[in-house]
Amino acid sequence: MTDHTAPASAPLPRPCRLSVRSVGAGYGSGSTARAVLQDVSLDIPDGALTILVGPNGCGKSTLLKTMARILPASSGAVLLDGRPIHATPSRNVARRLAILPQGPVAPEGLTVRELVGQGRFPHQTLLRQMSRDDRRAIDAAMAAADVAQFADSPVSRLSGGQRQRCWIAMVLAQETDIILLDEPTTFLDLKVQVDLLVLLRRIAHRDGRTLVVVLHELNLAAAFADLLVMMKDGRIVAQGAVDATFTPQTLQDVFGLRARVLRDPDSGRAICAPVIDVPQAMAAQ
Amino acid sequence: MTGAALPRHGRAASVAPAAGLALLVLAFLWHISVGAKTIPLPVVARAILAYDPEIFDHLVVIDLRVPRAVSAVLVGAALSVAGALMQGVTRNPLAEPGLLGLLIGASFAVVLVVGVLDLAAPGLIPLVAAAGALAAAAVVWGIALAAPGGPAPLTLVLSGAAVSAFLGALVTIASLLDEETFDQLRVWMTGSLAGPDRAVTLWALPWLLGGLVVALGLARQMTALAMGDEVAAGLGLNVGRLKALALAAVVALTAASVAMAGPLGFVGLVVPHGVRLFAGQDYRLVLPWSAIAGAAYLLVVDVAARLVLAPVEISTGLVTALLGAPIFVWLVKRRL
Ligand SMILES: Nc1ncnc2c1ncn2[C@@H]1O[C@H](COP(=O)(O)OP(=O)(O)O)[C@@H](O)[C@H]1O
Ligand SMILES: [Mg+2]
Repeated sequence: MTDHTAPASAPLPRPCRLSVRSVGAGYGSGSTARAVLQDVSLDIPDGALTILVGPNGCGKSTLLKTMARILPASSGAVLLDGRPIHATPSRNVARRLAILPQGPVAPEGLTVRELVGQGRFPHQTLLRQMSRDDRRAIDAAMAAADVAQFADSPVSRLSGGQRQRCWIAMVLAQETDIILLDEPTTFLDLKVQVDLLVLLRRIAHRDGRTLVVVLHELNLAAAFADLLVMMKDGRIVAQGAVDATFTPQTLQDVFGLRARVLRDPDSGRAICAPVIDVPQAMAAQ
Repeated sequence: MTGAALPRHGRAASVAPAAGLALLVLAFLWHISVGAKTIPLPVVARAILAYDPEIFDHLVVIDLRVPRAVSAVLVGAALSVAGALMQGVTRNPLAEPGLLGLLIGASFAVVLVVGVLDLAAPGLIPLVAAAGALAAAAVVWGIALAAPGGPAPLTLVLSGAAVSAFLGALVTIASLLDEETFDQLRVWMTGSLAGPDRAVTLWALPWLLGGLVVALGLARQMTALAMGDEVAAGLGLNVGRLKALALAAVVALTAASVAMAGPLGFVGLVVPHGVRLFAGQDYRLVLPWSAIAGAAYLLVVDVAARLVLAPVEISTGLVTALLGAPIFVWLVKRRL
């Protein structure tokens, strides 16, 4: 389907199949219209893990949904393989790009296999349902997300982390080259978050898929991002490699957070440590 | 693991359609055999397969009883499929043509046009019923949208109850104004398969079959929609068009049912939830099974309506309500 065979050593700038060009977007229409995104431009590098961070309500989910054509752009364009995504037939897009929205809820009683099977929707037609190819993709996705052992249990009976992995399996079963995930680690234990990000990085680096992930946890974002994008008030404030973007200055600008950026002594990874004011009286004691 | 290739309900579902259809045929024959005079099942079968107008029992079967049984099959299937669709689109386990006011909306419109305006053209009745169902659905949805918290499951049901009470009062007032016409409508208004008007049934048939075909065609997309608008849109579904088509199917199915049998409450609630217990959540199974099970359910309910207080016959709609209300309570306790 695609002829995007990257050269052995990718030269800069990296090839990119998904890009955002001066996009504005928002909610409502007429008198209740509310702009959220303003003039956002972003090139998503192929085969890499792009992580999007920013304070609550800054428009991360809005950007992800606009990039995935499930929200219209009021200005500018999102290009998928060079063509405006909003003008491309939706099912056609769904074979190349998958999105997991924030906080999805599975219908009660739906089994893991049935949920993951929904990812095959864009590959099926009324007359051609559930082929051998579909079953192979579903099994592979469940294995990759490590949920195969729950295949026949209802999703609603699993723990938060297991449930989140089921949704990721659904998106993987879609077998798209580009995957957008909105806060897939929220409400999970730190250990489960790390495991999930290891999985996502493997999907990007080993399978060559393109991932864009909205994350809440700054230190995890810094540890895993190939490209780190920081948003504030509907705009992109900083984007680039972690070393360039994850600085006390940007943390102050974007989050209003006074923090020092330290280095992990073993790996050299950046870690942010908030500066906590100690009241004078207590400091004196 | 030998069952690895099939979902949890897969094996049961692949064997069961034949069994389900067999039970449906049995319920159909039983329904016909029961009545003022019991006609043995073999005679019923012979009357259908080798009709002989010389035999009185054959006449009774073909002229009187088969039409009623066919109505039960059609209406049961239509209301159940409509309920299943509504539950999927609204993601509300309590959604159902009766509870959300569509049945009373359709009935009110028919009463208005037939009883008050004296227009009784059979071709008009399903159309009028559809307009009434659609208008009631819009009002119920509008009230729920304006409520704090939006159209939550119980909010929708409350809104449906308010609209139903209001329209029910209007129907009662109308019936006081014109007692003669309403004597004929009274039985129909409680939901009855007793006297299916053949002309109305024929005019309702295209609505009913059209609704069923559209509903079954949407089955695969309904499962995806059940996971939320955004997930569904991400999978390439046109969510707006899908909901509009589902609404059209629900309105057509409700209109046809009301035209044929008046308002039969709770069928659209009881049957799809019963079906989900064994068929799971995939609408590719839920919708066809709702059609089969709904048909069988209404046949059995109609048998009960005629047997329980025999020789007095009670309205089928009273029996569906008697059976449905406890199940509604159970659902509220368990699913909300
Ligand atoms: N469906 C919606 N309708 C109206 N406003 C919305 C909707 N979703 C989000 N918003 C508003 O848009 C802004 C950005 O939201 P969002 O993109 O969800 O932020 P983030 O994901 O960064 O927390 C917020 O002010 C939010 O209130
Ligand atoms: Mg968000």
